[in-house]
Amino acid sequence: MARTLLDKVWEAHTVRKLPNGQTQLFIGLHLIHEVTSPQAFDMLRARGSRVAFPDRTIATVDHIVPTKDQRRPFLDVMAEDMMSALERNCREAGIRLFDLSSGAQGIVHVVGPELGLTQPGMTIACGDSHTSTHGAFGAVAFGIGTSQVRDVLASQCLAMDPLKLRRISVDGRLPQGVYAKDVILEIIRRLGVNGGVGYAYEYGGAVVDAMTMDERMTICNMSIEGGARVGYVNPDQTTIEYLRGRRFAPQGDEFEAAARWWLSLATDEGAAFDDEVRIDGSAIRPTVTWGINPGQSVYVDERLPRPADVEPSQRASITEALDFMGLPPGAPIQGTPINVAFVGSCTNARLSDLREAARIVRGRRVAPGVRALVVPGSQAVRAAAEREGLDHVFSEAGFEWRSAGCSMCLAMNQDRLEGREICASSSNRNFKGRQGSPVGRTLLMSPAMVAAAAIAGEVVDVRRLDDGR
Amino acid sequence: MAAEKIVRVAGTALPVRGNDIDTDRIIPARFLRSVSFEGLEQHLFEDDRAQAGDAHPLSNPSYAGATLLFVNANFGCGSSREHAPQAIRRRGIRAVVGESFSEIFFGNAVALGMPCPTVAAADASRLMDLAERVPSTEFVLDLREMTVAGGGLTVAVTLPNAAREGFLDGSWDATGQLLEDFDEVRAVASRLPYISGWRGPGVRA
Repeated sequence: MARTLLDKVWEAHTVRKLPNGQTQLFIGLHLIHEVTSPQAFDMLRARGSRVAFPDRTIATVDHIVPTKDQRRPFLDVMAEDMMSALERNCREAGIRLFDLSSGAQGIVHVVGPELGLTQPGMTIACGDSHTSTHGAFGAVAFGIGTSQVRDVLASQCLAMDPLKLRRISVDGRLPQGVYAKDVILEIIRRLGVNGGVGYAYEYGGAVVDAMTMDERMTICNMSIEGGARVGYVNPDQTTIEYLRGRRFAPQGDEFEAAARWWLSLATDEGAAFDDEVRIDGSAIRPTVTWGINPGQSVYVDERLPRPADVEPSQRASITEALDFMGLPPGAPIQGTPINVAFVGSCTNARLSDLREAARIVRGRRVAPGVRALVVPGSQAVRAAAEREGLDHVFSEAGFEWRSAGCSMCLAMNQDRLEGREICASSSNRNFKGRQGSPVGRTLLMSPAMVAAAAIAGEVVDVRRLDDGR
Repeated sequence: MAAEKIVRVAGTALPVRGNDIDTDRIIPARFLRSVSFEGLEQHLFEDDRAQAGDAHPLSNPSYAGATLLFVNANFGCGSSREHAPQAIRRRGIRAVVGESFSEIFFGNAVALGMPCPTVAAADASRLMDLAERVPSTEFVLDLREMTVAGGGLTVAVTLPNAAREGFLDGSWDATGQLLEDFDEVRAVASRLPYISGWRGPGVRA
């Protein structure tokens, strides 16, 4: 019988059916960071349990790290406490930690793939909802809470309910100036921020097939913003070539054996899905969010909704969002002034993202009054970008060039919005207060669109600035 | 480890209206800068409360002792932070009743022994109206009857069977169960080629 990747991976990791009907699922790779793990280690100690498979857990530090002055002890006392707790927990349990001195530190969802830790066919869990990112490799990857981090530490397993599967095919070819970010924002806008609850999303179609791994990661990353805890792309030759030679990928003959297994996991021809959605990629345009959830977006050349024009069930949400954002109903999104431009986050801070932003920025200047920063996703991304001179391109244009971390995506370090500032951001959430100021405002868009907004001082259509250089 | 059986949750209810209330709103990220969950309840809905002035139900002393929280659709979306259900529970809430929940929030709440049953949109609205009109109304969520009742109103709730049974028989804390058959866990690990090695039986040539 034709099976899906989800079926195959789920089955390979099933330990047993639990009495309540859930599946006990073995977790192949557990990633931890400093925010959601310290309480889990405490719970484990309180129960007198030990870490069952210390070599199946990998740690890094990302949420709280300062991106300017990283000397220890951190000036930020709380950040230093959290960093120290992670170091102590990893040391005691024998867990490998990629810390600031490792050269491999960074946002956990950037680090896993670039080290080759993330591989097709794995089950991957992490106390962070953007763990869906790793699905780009054909892994079944999902975010968990701290009690579940405890469960994985104690048993390397989770109790899971079965997931339904929705196939999302993006057909055609993306127009110039349209990026993976625009594709996932389109998907969320169409299916809704809770459309994926209970589902895993399988992304495919000509557009996804043609994408690089970086682009597939951007798509899978934001699955959770559409309510889907899991999103994945079937492994193919692009996946295999990305993994070849990576530090923790199999090497030599073993790699060839692994590659055969990986390809065998892809969803079989004729497999059945619980739901199927087709989207014409050729019709997608650069997209910008205007509201307080990632489903509230328009194409850059569209206007904001008017509460009076929408169906009554939507009216309250739209009114609340427009009020919070301070944006007039029916106004064009283009021309919305910005105060801050942020290129970063697990969604869009990989080398290819920085290249696209730099291509727009090169030879131009950040608009007066705009604070602009680039926060690479990892130390490796930062080093690679510097080898290409991208740091100079950004610095000369007036962007700050920072060290790797989550930074202003959720403002758990010093990088945050002030007051009512409005930020053009390549991150993944435009929730109220998300970027550190309770009344700060976020417009989500692709890194190229963020770069264009930084230069113009307002939301602009990147297609008008991009001369194809 | 056997946990407490959770069959009924009784008490007054705090109604918090709005769809898509994300976990950043429930507990803003700046309060996650800690190595413990202690004191989170003080910052529950902090920014929403500040922006609503006295209008936020959590600022209303009539709801001070509430043990039930009534919400609308897609409650707890966004970040996986368990800090959100922790803050709610540490505030004294023992069950959240709403139209729908994000999956991660729901799972985190189960792990804390805090049921999140769902009700029809119209029923959520009726429950909230009642709790707003008469904040002292005593409600009872009964997971055996699968109802929530109060002030003469009784509505049906739904809860996935696995979660329901977990609460009813006190097996909602998964860790113990996951460790019961550790030989089988090791056996599954040894069959996975990325653990046992790429020449092992798991790899089809």
